[in-house]
Amino acid sequence: MRIFTKAYWLQLSSPKAFYPIADKSIPWLIAATILLSLVGLYYAFIIAPIDYQQGNSYRIMFIHVPAAWMGMWIYVVMCAYAVIGLVWNTKLSNMMAAALAPTGALFTFLALWTGALWGKPTWGAYWVWDARLTSFLILLFLYFGFMSLRAAIDDPRRASRASALLALVGIVNIPIIYFSVKWWNTLHQGASITLDKAPTMESSMFTAMMLMTLAFFTYTFAVAFMRVRNEILEKEKNSAWVNEIVGSDK
Amino acid sequence: MKVMRWLVWRDMTLALRRKAEVLTTLLFFVIVVSLFPLGVGPEIDMLKEIAPGVLWVAALLASMLSLNRLFADDYVDGTLEQMIISSQPLALLVLSKVLSHWFLTGLPLVLISPVLGMQLGLDGDSIVILMLTLLIGTPVLSLIGAVGAGLTLGVRGGGVLLSLLILPLYIPVLIFGSGAVDAARSGLGVDAHFSLLGAFLVASLLLAPLGAAAALRISLD
Amino acid sequence: MNLPEFLDMGRHAFYVWGSYGVVALFMLLEVVLLVLKKRSLTQSIARLARLNRG
Repeated sequence: MRIFTKAYWLQLSSPKAFYPIADKSIPWLIAATILLSLVGLYYAFIIAPIDYQQGNSYRIMFIHVPAAWMGMWIYVVMCAYAVIGLVWNTKLSNMMAAALAPTGALFTFLALWTGALWGKPTWGAYWVWDARLTSFLILLFLYFGFMSLRAAIDDPRRASRASALLALVGIVNIPIIYFSVKWWNTLHQGASITLDKAPTMESSMFTAMMLMTLAFFTYTFAVAFMRVRNEILEKEKNSAWVNEIVGSDK
Repeated sequence: MKVMRWLVWRDMTLALRRKAEVLTTLLFFVIVVSLFPLGVGPEIDMLKEIAPGVLWVAALLASMLSLNRLFADDYVDGTLEQMIISSQPLALLVLSKVLSHWFLTGLPLVLISPVLGMQLGLDGDSIVILMLTLLIGTPVLSLIGAVGAGLTLGVRGGGVLLSLLILPLYIPVLIFGSGAVDAARSGLGVDAHFSLLGAFLVASLLLAPLGAAAALRISLD
Repeated sequence: MNLPEFLDMGRHAFYVWGSYGVVALFMLLEVVLLVLKKRSLTQSIARLARLNRG
């Protein structure tokens, strides 16, 4: 019943209350990631058949698409936490936003990297300056800007608020990325997975992709929680409860 | 409205007392553009090809360089704080400052661009399109830049950090600005480019002052 | 598919393994770095606690 009180959730916004939750979830999230990846990779390489047009190179899709989705999704979630931090000034929301950024940047980079390696055998080019790729590159720069601004400002409160505002300004890029293949004639293919129709790809490929996406999802949570955990340890290192936890870790 | 007019007048008077600053942006633009023939060779056919991009990138860089000064002077002598706590809407004050900034840095770029365009071998029609894109685009650069300037007030590594933050946001303006000139050169239609540039201008006129005002409040809290 | 075919990926070995390899590498690296950071943090906190007690 406690879970339905506002006090419970407000309490969760304190680093001290959140620490044990993060700490306990991390091993489970990592286990889930490993399990999902193994099954996903099995589907991706063993069950999914060879593509009659692209041969085996299309298998890159099973990490390229999930990475791209995570790159975009993490940015949105990061902005959500940033807004909460801006409006309600909760320390933990700002920590979550900061914790997500490096992982978001990583997935964005990996999407660009795997995209380049998929593009070369398929279109003959590692890179083209079309709308989707360019706006995805901009996404990477936006992540870097967020992290740099945060790092450059000494006062933690101003650092969180300033980077939050910057992230919000950049959110306009996300719909641009999403709709770019519809609005412009781009080289990049259109969406094969939409919310309202059945996917236009073979079911084993679809399963592989969903499994890898879930794996990346749990990975993101695991890594973000690890980062927040470290951040909490660093910020609250002088407090009694941290010293107790560290003591009992032995 | 009267406040806006007064603020623009004040900013421009102050700036024109130190003419050197106004000229540096302009000179930077000229020098950067002139570097390209020196660096890539004087073949006029090739220069014609890269001219739209070069001119636009140079305009971008020149705009960015001058953004530091947008709020810095008022921040240092305490005027900015007075503006924030005054009863005037901060967004309007910001808009006035951006307007003066544009008069002093953006508009000169627009006016001198024909000369530089000719240097790089552009023909008359392309130059007109160039001027128009710069006319619509440089205010957008100043407006978006104001948000960045507000966020990085007094921060270490300010200038470079500011560039890193706003360059991603500048990219769409660059793409459509230089794209329009490119299209004009090839005889294709420029309507789509100009509609987008116009949309950018309207959107930034409405949103950037609010964003910059929020940024200033965050920086001066 | 047998093992040699699997590794070759129909002549696309470079692209496929270049992609999967880099992805795996960076994800593992991220986790390792975070674990190391936690270890160094807890060690320094424990050290400080010992100094304060003693």
